[in-house]
Amino acid sequence: MKNLKNIFVLAAICLSFSMFAQQTPALPQEGIITIVGATAHIGDGTVIENSIISFENGKIIAVADATTSKIALRGNVIKAEGKHVYPGFIAPAKSLGLVEVNAVRASNDQDEVGDFIPNIRSLIAYNAESKVVESMRPNGILIGQISPKGGRISGTSSIVQFDAWNWEDAAIKADDGIHLNWPTSFRRGRWWRGEPRGWLPNKDYNKQTNEVSAFLSQAKAYGNTNSNVVNEPFKATQGIFNGNQRLYVYAQREKEIIDAITQLKEQGVQHIVLVGGYEAHRIIPFLKKHQVSVLVKQTHSLPMDSDDDYDFPYKLPKLLMDGGVLVGLQNAGMSNFQTRNLPFYAGQVVGQGLDKEKALQLITSNTAKILGIDADYGSLTVGKSATLFISEGDALDMRTNLLTKAFIDGRDISLETHQTELWDRYSEKYEHKK
Amino acid sequence: MKKVTLLLLLFFSFSFVQAQIYFPKNTSLKEENNNYTVFTNATLFITPTRKINNGTLVIKEGKVIAAGSNVTIPKNSIITDLKGKYIYPSFIDPYSSFGVSKPERAKREQSPQWETKRSGFYWNDHIMPENKAIDKFKYENKNAKELRNAGFGVVNSHIMDGIARGTGVLISLNDEATNGERILVENSGNYFSFSKSVASRQSYPGSLMGASALLRQMNYDADWYAKGNSKTKDRSLEALINNKNLPSFIEAGNKYKDVLADKTGDLFNLNYVIVGGGDEYESIESIKATQSKYIIPINFPKAYDVSDPYAANYISIADMRAWNQSPSNPKVLADNDITFSLTTHQLKSPADFKKHLNKAFEYGFDKTKALEALTTVPAQLLGQSEKIGSLQVGRYANFLITSGEIFDKKTILYENWVQGTKNVIIDKNIKDIRGSYTLPIGGKNYSVTIKGELAKLSSEVKLDSITYPSKLSYKNDWLNVSFSDKEKTENYRTTSKITSEENITGKIIMPNGSASNFTARKLTSEEEKSKSSEENKDNISPEIVPITYPNVGYGNNSLPTSQHILFKNATVWTSEADGILQNTDVLVKDGKISKIGANLKSGNARVIDATGKHLTAGIIDEHSHIAAFSINEGGHNSSAEVSIEDVLDPEDIDIYRNLAGGVTSIQILHGSANPIGGRSAIIKLKWGEDADGLLYDDRPKFIKFALGENVKHSNWQSFNRFPQTRMGVEQMYVNYFNRAKEYDTKKKSGASFRYDEEMEVLAEILNGERFISCHSYVQSEINMLMKVAEKFNFKVNTFTHILEGYKVADKMKSHGVGASTFSDWWAYKYEVNDAIPYNAAIMTNEGVTVAINSDDGEMSRRLNQEAAKTIKYGGMTELQAWNMITINPAKLLHLDHRVGSIKEGKDADLVLWNDNPLSIYAKAEKTLIEGAVYFDKDLDKQKRSAIKKERNTLTKLMMKEKESGGKTQTPKRKGNKEFHCETIN
Repeated sequence: MKNLKNIFVLAAICLSFSMFAQQTPALPQEGIITIVGATAHIGDGTVIENSIISFENGKIIAVADATTSKIALRGNVIKAEGKHVYPGFIAPAKSLGLVEVNAVRASNDQDEVGDFIPNIRSLIAYNAESKVVESMRPNGILIGQISPKGGRISGTSSIVQFDAWNWEDAAIKADDGIHLNWPTSFRRGRWWRGEPRGWLPNKDYNKQTNEVSAFLSQAKAYGNTNSNVVNEPFKATQGIFNGNQRLYVYAQREKEIIDAITQLKEQGVQHIVLVGGYEAHRIIPFLKKHQVSVLVKQTHSLPMDSDDDYDFPYKLPKLLMDGGVLVGLQNAGMSNFQTRNLPFYAGQVVGQGLDKEKALQLITSNTAKILGIDADYGSLTVGKSATLFISEGDALDMRTNLLTKAFIDGRDISLETHQTELWDRYSEKYEHKK
Repeated sequence: MKKVTLLLLLFFSFSFVQAQIYFPKNTSLKEENNNYTVFTNATLFITPTRKINNGTLVIKEGKVIAAGSNVTIPKNSIITDLKGKYIYPSFIDPYSSFGVSKPERAKREQSPQWETKRSGFYWNDHIMPENKAIDKFKYENKNAKELRNAGFGVVNSHIMDGIARGTGVLISLNDEATNGERILVENSGNYFSFSKSVASRQSYPGSLMGASALLRQMNYDADWYAKGNSKTKDRSLEALINNKNLPSFIEAGNKYKDVLADKTGDLFNLNYVIVGGGDEYESIESIKATQSKYIIPINFPKAYDVSDPYAANYISIADMRAWNQSPSNPKVLADNDITFSLTTHQLKSPADFKKHLNKAFEYGFDKTKALEALTTVPAQLLGQSEKIGSLQVGRYANFLITSGEIFDKKTILYENWVQGTKNVIIDKNIKDIRGSYTLPIGGKNYSVTIKGELAKLSSEVKLDSITYPSKLSYKNDWLNVSFSDKEKTENYRTTSKITSEENITGKIIMPNGSASNFTARKLTSEEEKSKSSEENKDNISPEIVPITYPNVGYGNNSLPTSQHILFKNATVWTSEADGILQNTDVLVKDGKISKIGANLKSGNARVIDATGKHLTAGIIDEHSHIAAFSINEGGHNSSAEVSIEDVLDPEDIDIYRNLAGGVTSIQILHGSANPIGGRSAIIKLKWGEDADGLLYDDRPKFIKFALGENVKHSNWQSFNRFPQTRMGVEQMYVNYFNRAKEYDTKKKSGASFRYDEEMEVLAEILNGERFISCHSYVQSEINMLMKVAEKFNFKVNTFTHILEGYKVADKMKSHGVGASTFSDWWAYKYEVNDAIPYNAAIMTNEGVTVAINSDDGEMSRRLNQEAAKTIKYGGMTELQAWNMITINPAKLLHLDHRVGSIKEGKDADLVLWNDNPLSIYAKAEKTLIEGAVYFDKDLDKQKRSAIKKERNTLTKLMMKEKESGGKTQTPKRKGNKEFHCETIN
């Protein structure tokens, strides 16, 4: 057994010197692992200063306060006094694994031709060996929702974990939702055609919302029959009517949000998740009435209008949470490599007065609930997957987000990346101490 | 009948003024007419300030023979009595394209056009001083009539296309004459602009800074050419040299370009007449400082239609203000004694001119100034005061006959005489029947209002408060008004011969077909006043919101000034060897850090309790692209001649947002489109100052270079520009530095040389006077540039981005170059495959001076956090991390003697934070530059509510404008471009 482990260590070292290899996925969990003494950030808003967390067969079997409870420390014990344990962070609405290098067209698989193509599935193109995906893990992002981009209905997303040999291994929840880019009532001026730069009223707005309505009506009607003619786009839409899939609606402004939710609810869409929602704070009662949760844009962004508060993007998640809306964070519009900054987007909201543990919910339990994977992920709760990590310090602050261990479904994953390998290689060249 | 006489009159007046016919005539006999045309008893304005009551004007052969009060009238005169009427010199529009069409737009081609397609002309297609408007001129009766109806008699026209546009032509709007008579001056001036020609797709210049550099080089080249240095013929430069003594006009188009135009002119002792943009009132001090003369358009923006609140959200407070404030532009210019002419340029039609001018009057524009701006000033700008602009003896007989004071709202323009040719706009004997009347019919009193322009009257008929649809026609002294009730069951028709301006009498045809006589009684002016408050409207001065500095949201009510401040008991991050000092006081005085220590005496200083807070030096961003109108001059592969200093945008809201993130100084770098980019602007974020106020007074000289995919045009459709490979990039540098060296040697030898701004800049690098900040990615090219520099005996100052710097950190250290890098960017293009966030740490450990930069308006306002990432990636200490955004970039920019640390004697550029500034939780509470508070979190709150309040005020005013029938425009938001290195423009 020990020898076997040594072989793996050796193999890992060998791999780390090969420039193009990715980290090898970890083996399934063997025996019980117990982390003791760490501050456990549960992910549901609570915290245990001195905790005991045990997991077995990839599932959490104990979460307890070491100062008050006297449960036995079972299995392989990891002493983590002064350290912090978090549930794995979840990145929604990303094209991680669909694009490797933005500017290299050959490496870009995120946007298919067509306007209404829900039958386009991200999962089958997901590159489990992407170097960009790998770079998420040392920052604590262990799960992602992989979604196609572009068009009106971009396609169907799937939720994956970030330590896998292939897309089948990676899938947590296949085909979890459909992504709809709602039309905008204003559009950018086509300056290359002589229009002014900036934003003009979109004269086609109604026409475009009618197109959405028409497509969904057709899809719904299709679902009412057992036609022997198969229409894949219509077929792929059924989940949003029967409640098996969520509909992710990308809309920013008050008017568009109201239009979208009113129309989609009328058409029988069961679960609507608003993505973006720049002006969602203006219509909180409306959102609550329709039970719409919001995936807010990364806080590290500029205000959309020049007269907005400079810190408006920093505080939008708080405004919505204070109003009782279920909120998560996404950075759908950013380059995928940026997603490793997800914890800091959440940390930014703390500066606006949000409680740290609540801020943590924005990238853990809230997101899990919004995505529909909260039965297994999103918090340190007995019975849920042991997808978690240990950090030297506060993981929402870049100074102290320093992972020492990370587990996905109890598997002890590598925290090395293409980047850490280059760091090692050149530190060694210069004989720097690390 | 009347029309016929009118036409006949016109015909005669035309044929009578012919004189000294020197050409044969076969359709009639040659006869000369020596008669005079005389106007008597008029209120005569010989000039705007010389008014003659009961004046007489004598004209003959299209010129003024005499004007004044004691004028002898020759016996052979046709005399018109203008008792009660006024005569003014007619208007001149000095900036027009009348009769000269713009060339057709060149078709888009597959690949960019780098070189000129002409030969024998200047090397750039957008420079066409050889163009002559007169060659393209074709008189347009229709446009001439529109202009005359607006009061204009002369327009100055040119080909409105290109950067150097050639010469213009001065034209009388005289329909009856030949071009031989109406072309007053065929070379009226030289015309320039900052806009490329639509007729050529030559890439250079691709930006405002390129256009201004090209204007400069053109002038340098003209000097050199004039001295006979060129071996080849250049018809463009020859034309420019030949026309040197003509007045020069430059279309700038806004307050910043006005200043840029003036600076360009000053270099060559050219006093450009500047065509402004109408926003000069916003920075009137810098406009005044140009000491230039202006031509000012008055196309004041329409109100926005704010009835849909969602749509209205898109309108910025700055755009709302522009609607509210810009009609004050002429008044502000006049109040500041700036000489300017008005123009119809930018207006959709000359017919709108009066409406806009009236608006300016409502805003307090002086009417005499206005008349000068339309007569004597344009004449003077054109150097043609001897011919036009007044009714002094010998001037062209270009004048207006009006019913009253020319700018009075009720005044009617009857006739517009051009070169002695009469043009009737409205028959001057017409009766002004406008007013309100009571019309008694069948025991009911209908109220009838006649309103509108005299030439286009309309009627409104009401019984009690019900409006009866009505129609009016008024021709040849006959007035017909018909009206009916809504159901069209009762039709009334009236017809009257108008003989006075009092009551109207005539015949009315009743619904039953019977006819009877009627008298409609005209209400007295008192009665009218009590009837509606319409009249009073004119007297209420408009509500104008105050301007701020800058005049956008979050602008300052007044410019911040240096304060005497004592920060008490702060945690002070010195960025010096002292590191972090606990419980320390910092005294700020006269813009400097005057003292650091414990328990300092406050004296008169305002004391700020900084207990529990952190005081740091202001953050410095070595690589920013905010606050500029353009970033890349991509038209040439070397663009050393351009400078970001020419295109600063002090109104960019990102300046304010950066201040709110604790940033106080930035280097605005040129983009990365070219191996040799443009010169930088190094500024302090003094929000509210004008462009010059932002610049460091003792700034070192910098230039941007770039390596990698962008300069090869790898990621966009461009396949024929040199270089396309990294190998080509090296040779380009070698070539340019060889040439710069040769240029410099020749210059230093005292031999005659062609001043080449690009070579001047490159020679500065060779002479160690200018520093390079080079955009760089992979190790091979980094190494290459250091080797090229070493070959030419200079040092690269900074590698910016420098993502593979860690691979050659030892070589960088020995070359002595610094590094300014991203914290954690990678994977966005092929050359950043090996970019690692540990880069800054490895380079630091190797002894390189490292800064963290933004290249991005979003990251720049959180540079403290970006620096903190070096703690996570690579284990930097907090002090090391903090230095990377303060003292290290200060060193890289050669500004560490002034900024970058908290040290006695340095500039008081300080930030007060509520927490450890490297923490994600920290917020800047106060940001000072040279002791003046430019950001304050409490002040920010006030500004937020002020914006809300002002929006509300302006929204109400716009609603009012719409309700009272004013034209509106749909809401839109102006495009603020967000720049990165790669933004092409």
